[in-house]
Amino acid sequence: MPNYMLLFYAPEAADEAEQAERDAELPVWFELIDSLREAGLLVANGRLHATDSATTVRSRNGETELTDGPFAVTKEFLGGYFLLECRDLDEALKVAERVPLTRYGSVEVRPVMSPNEEPGGESTAQG
Amino acid sequence: MSASGERRPPADDPAAALTRAFRDERAAVLATLIRHVGDFQLAEDAVQDAFADAAKSWPRDGVPASPGAWLTTAARRRSIDRLRRDRSLVDRSERLAELMRLDTQEHDSVNHESSITDDRLRLIFTCCHPSLDLPAREALTLRALGGLTTGEIARAFLVAEPTMGKRIVRAKRKIADAHIPYRVPPDEELPDRLRGVLRVVYLIFNEGYSASEGDRLVRGELCAEAIRLGRLLAELMPDDAEVWGLLSLMLLHDTRRDARVDDEGHFVPLDDQDRSRWDPDRLAEGLRALERSVRLRRPGEYGLQAAITALHIKAADPGETDWEQIAELYGALAKLNPSPVVELNRVAAVGFASGPEAGLELIQPLLNDPTLDRYQPLHATHAELLARAGDRAAAERAYERAIALSANEVERSELERRLRTLRGG
Repeated sequence: MPNYMLLFYAPEAADEAEQAERDAELPVWFELIDSLREAGLLVANGRLHATDSATTVRSRNGETELTDGPFAVTKEFLGGYFLLECRDLDEALKVAERVPLTRYGSVEVRPVMSPNEEPGGESTAQG
Repeated sequence: MSASGERRPPADDPAAALTRAFRDERAAVLATLIRHVGDFQLAEDAVQDAFADAAKSWPRDGVPASPGAWLTTAARRRSIDRLRRDRSLVDRSERLAELMRLDTQEHDSVNHESSITDDRLRLIFTCCHPSLDLPAREALTLRALGGLTTGEIARAFLVAEPTMGKRIVRAKRKIADAHIPYRVPPDEELPDRLRGVLRVVYLIFNEGYSASEGDRLVRGELCAEAIRLGRLLAELMPDDAEVWGLLSLMLLHDTRRDARVDDEGHFVPLDDQDRSRWDPDRLAEGLRALERSVRLRRPGEYGLQAAITALHIKAADPGETDWEQIAELYGALAKLNPSPVVELNRVAAVGFASGPEAGLELIQPLLNDPTLDRYQPLHATHAELLARAGDRAAAERAYERAIALSANEVERSELERRLRTLRGG
């Protein structure tokens, strides 16, 4: 079964009231995570610290360079992820629709390449 | 490769048979093979190979009795060849085993009528999957189900062939990489997804119908392809009122395609069209489809629009148009899908059915809506109603407003003509 990465992007909450509103939804998140685990769909999940805690690593011409901060400064930043194992894209999209963050942010659904798959796999079989 | 035994007498012209098979059988052959090999691109390449084989073999050995079965077998064998060569494919050995098993079965009667039907439906729903962007859905549908070449599709949509090629390749890659399912959606999703499919087909039709530039012949092909897709959907989902409604709407529009443009290429409004240039076959088929839609008693957006179009067409002359019923149909349409465009059409119909004063009363809320201030048709309709109510000064002002907002030349010159008539009379 193919794997899908659900990437959660959202802008920083505008004020404390909005942050409180989002925090109030935590039980919904937990419920969702539990039900996905029970259904055998959830491979892994995680919530990320804010981008100001990020360190970006690059190697150029043998020199390793560390930067304090995210690799790109954007309005919506990556805040967490689910790694799912689903039958097909439709099943993954259905899970994405249930993520509370869709109301104030965006969920990007990306198929994960399987080990024997070729990049840009023009000739990949469907399961 | 004599898959299906007996041959027709050589009198059957192989070239014509091949063209016919390409038009009538290709989608079904492709749809079934995609299910068997699980890969869009591989299946398409193999079907291509099969047609190339037919082009060589049919003139030599005669046209097979069942071209579809012959092509299915040929395409399956070609896909086995391709699978053996291409070692990068996932599940390659399982696919090969399945194909070999199918190939040893004696006849293609395994492809029962119903499974062929299901395969084509699967293909339509996959091509119109909402995770593909709309232009890609249109292109893929035309390519896979309509059998248009990439070059033809590119010309029809007025984009460069490499651009269109990339768009199609990207869509096929996404289908494979993201595992977009190859199946008819389950019942709870079906209405939504079917609406999406109908929208793609109607967009394809409109692309051809509303063409003001580009190669009119190629554009006409888009209309014909959309109608073919509409017929296919009606054949596959005969119990859906909107499927028949859309087919009817497209046919009734297409009835007037030739009459809409005069010899100099100018647009001819409905009332002035030469009715002898309407296509009687399209008209008859369109009315039959409308009847099917009405009988299913679940009027939807397309069915209602088709009914309105039919009333315009059926009026022996413009003065006899049944405006009352048209106004009612627009009212039903506005309930399903409220929009200023629909409401304005209803206002205009009421204006004809019950007199300009009734229309003027209904148009007031639209005129009060600031978001519609720059909507040209609103002012043109307002002007028309005022003129008929005898308020010349206000009518002139409304015409001037509409003319100032006109984006296209044909429209503007028509409004200017009406304004001149008003001033002259």
